[in-house]
Parts: sequence; C-alpha cells; structure tokens
Amino acid sequence: MVNGKRVLIIIPAFNESGSIADVVGEVRGELPGVDVIVVDDGSADRTAAVAAAAGARVAKLPYNLGVGGAMRVGYRYARDHDYDVAIQIDADGQHDPRYVPKLVDLLDETDLVIGARFAGEGDYNVRGPRRWAMVMLSGVLSRVAHTKLTDTTSGFRAANRRVIDMFAAWYPVEYLGDTVETLVHTARRGYTIRQVPVAMRKRMAGTPSHSPAKAMIYLGRAFAVLTLALIRR
Amino acid sequence: MKLTLVTGLTGLILLATIVELLRRRQLREKYGMLWLGVLVIVIPLSLFPRLLDNVAELLGVASGVSLVLFLGIVFLLLVCVHLSWEVSHLEEETRTLAEDFALLRTEIDADRAARDELVRTDG
Ligand SMILES: Nc1nc2c(ncn2[C@@H]2O[C@H](COP(=O)(O)OP(=O)(O)OP(=O)(O)O)[C@@H](O)[C@H]2O)c(=O)[nH]1
Ligand SMILES: [Mg+2]
Repeated sequence: MVNGKRVLIIIPAFNESGSIADVVGEVRGELPGVDVIVVDDGSADRTAAVAAAAGARVAKLPYNLGVGGAMRVGYRYARDHDYDVAIQIDADGQHDPRYVPKLVDLLDETDLVIGARFAGEGDYNVRGPRRWAMVMLSGVLSRVAHTKLTDTTSGFRAANRRVIDMFAAWYPVEYLGDTVETLVHTARRGYTIRQVPVAMRKRMAGTPSHSPAKAMIYLGRAFAVLTLALIRR
Repeated sequence: MKLTLVTGLTGLILLATIVELLRRRQLREKYGMLWLGVLVIVIPLSLFPRLLDNVAELLGVASGVSLVLFLGIVFLLLVCVHLSWEVSHLEEETRTLAEDFALLRTEIDADRAARDELVRTDG
C-alpha cells in the first residue's frame, strides 16, 4: 500500500542478473507493502532465479518479446489481480524507487505519470543525434498530450486503473512503440499525462542497449515511429 | 499515355492500401516501412518508365523496362526468402510454446496427484 492504494511494480528485465537483485531489494526496502513482478523476457542468464530469490514474483517468458511484450504481461497481471496502480521501473537500477510515492500521489488527478530526466533534477546527459531525436519526440508529443514532456522514452511511469485496463488490452511490441506510441494512444483517448522530474542514476551492471554508432539510425526510426503513431488511430 | 495512367493508378492504389493497413494496425511497422520504401521507387517508375534507360544501357540491358522487370523479380524472390525465414522462426517459437505447455501440464498433474494422495492418506 502506498497512500492507501494497492501498487504493483513491474520490472521488465532482459539479461540483468547483475543488477536485478539489488533493484528488487531496494524497491522492497524503500516501499514496504508494494508487490513486485519481474518479467524475464527470455534472458539467457539467471535473471529469473536471482529475481525470485530477491523476493519478487517472476513471470518468465519462453522467448524474447521486447519491452512492450513484457510490459503487457505486467499490465495484465495488474488488471487480473485488481491493483490500483502499476509502475514500470527499469531493471538496471537507473530509477530511484524513492520517487514512487510522488508518482502515485499525482495519479489522483492524472491517468499516466512519467518520471522524466532532463526536467531539472539530476545530471543525465545525452548528445548528438540521440539528443535531436529526443528533442523532436518531446516537441511533438508535448503538443499531442497538451503538457510539457521532456523525456518521452523514459521507462519510469505510473498508470492508474483506467490506463492499466487499456494497456492490458493493447500494448505495442514494436520498436519504440512501448514509449512513443503508447503516449500518443493514451493522449488521443482522452487520458491525461503529466511528468515529474526525477534524477537518473548510472546503470548498476551490464551494458546499455544503445551504442553511439546506432544513434543516427535511432533518429530515423524515431521519426518513422512518430509519424506512424500520429497517422494511426 | 494510357499505359502511364494504368501503371500510375496501380501504384497509387497500392500506396493507399498500405497506408490504410498501417493506420488500422494490420501491418507491423517493419513490413509497412518495407512496402512504403518499395512504392517510393515504383511510383515514379510507373509514371516515367524511361527513367532507367540510361542505367540499363550502362549495364548492357536493352531497355529500362526490362531492367525494372528483372529487378522486380529479384526483389520478389528476396521477399519470398525472407517470409520463409520468418515462418521458420515462428515454427520454432510455437514449438517452444508447446513444450512449455506440456511441461506445465505435467507439473500441474504431479501436484494434483500429490494432493489427492495426501487427502487419501489423511482421510
Ligand atoms: N522485456 C525486455 N526488457 C528489455 C529488453 N531490452 C532491455 N530491456 C529492459 O529495459 C530496461 C531499459 O533498458 P536499457 O538498456 O537500460 O535502456 P535505456 O535505459 O533506455 O538506455 P540506457 O540509458 O543506455 O540505460 C531495462 O530494465 C532492461 O532490462 C528486452 O528485449 N525485453
Ligand atoms: Mg537504462
């Protein structure tokens, strides 16, 4: 329970055995009374076993579906077990669970709350084409959502019941769909979105999924995904 | 002139179909992008079939139109190969699913048998 609400933390994890135990441990330490589900997306390492030993519930997918596929498992679990709030947190330890109560509080007036970097707190920096992509995405999505969004690809977000129900029935698996397209879809359906500034930490272990060489391709794909999301209904 | 009309219209109808399929979420992003890319090349060619005459001459092909036909067939073959690859991938995934399902069922059956045994010895 956080402020009288039943909260589920959903952690999508792909080959994160180096950090998942600490992340689960920290969440359970900082937020007693919330439930944690780790969705192991066909990891080749011991992510599932380590997460279970750390005290999380584990849903193990038979093969890799991508972040979107893993998240829909989490939202379906949240819907089926009647949670008031579902919160996505990365498995690499970059998100600080101490921000969770802040996100949960905002869900009284808002349907989807995003924990955003670049919004004043912390010192997370990105440069080059990746930065241009982020500027483009936040510009367009802020307009679509009628609110200022500075970090649209953030994997730190909290959803209330209405959004849980929507995401349990519909959640894209396509590249960037889990962030960009869900925002367009949520805003278009009349749900409200807000962001909260959060400080972002360094990943605890493992390697980030993006290399600098892929940044330019990332920009192109971000543009394609955004265009597609805007013409889709 | 008539021919240009026919080919050009065909291209535009194809384009509209693909955009509409994408809009209705009936096509995954990756395939949608592939076909849109193809149409971006095909539509100008259908309007101006002579466009490739120079390239054709360079390659020793008699006319640009034959070159387009040749490239078209090569492309379709590649698409077929890609689809076979995707199907193989899908078969592998359903196989994994079926295995998982069978293993789950044995576990549930074993659990149930153990529980029944417990009830019988207790009661
Ligand atoms: N389910 C699932 N999760 C994934 C997959 N790839 C990455 N993740 C998870 O998504 C989260 C974010 O991944 P990161 O690689 O840290 O991506 P990022 O935070 O956008 O990028 P960095 O700033 O480089 O850390 C982590 O919890 C990963 O475990 C995947 O294929 N499937
Ligand atoms: Mg990360």
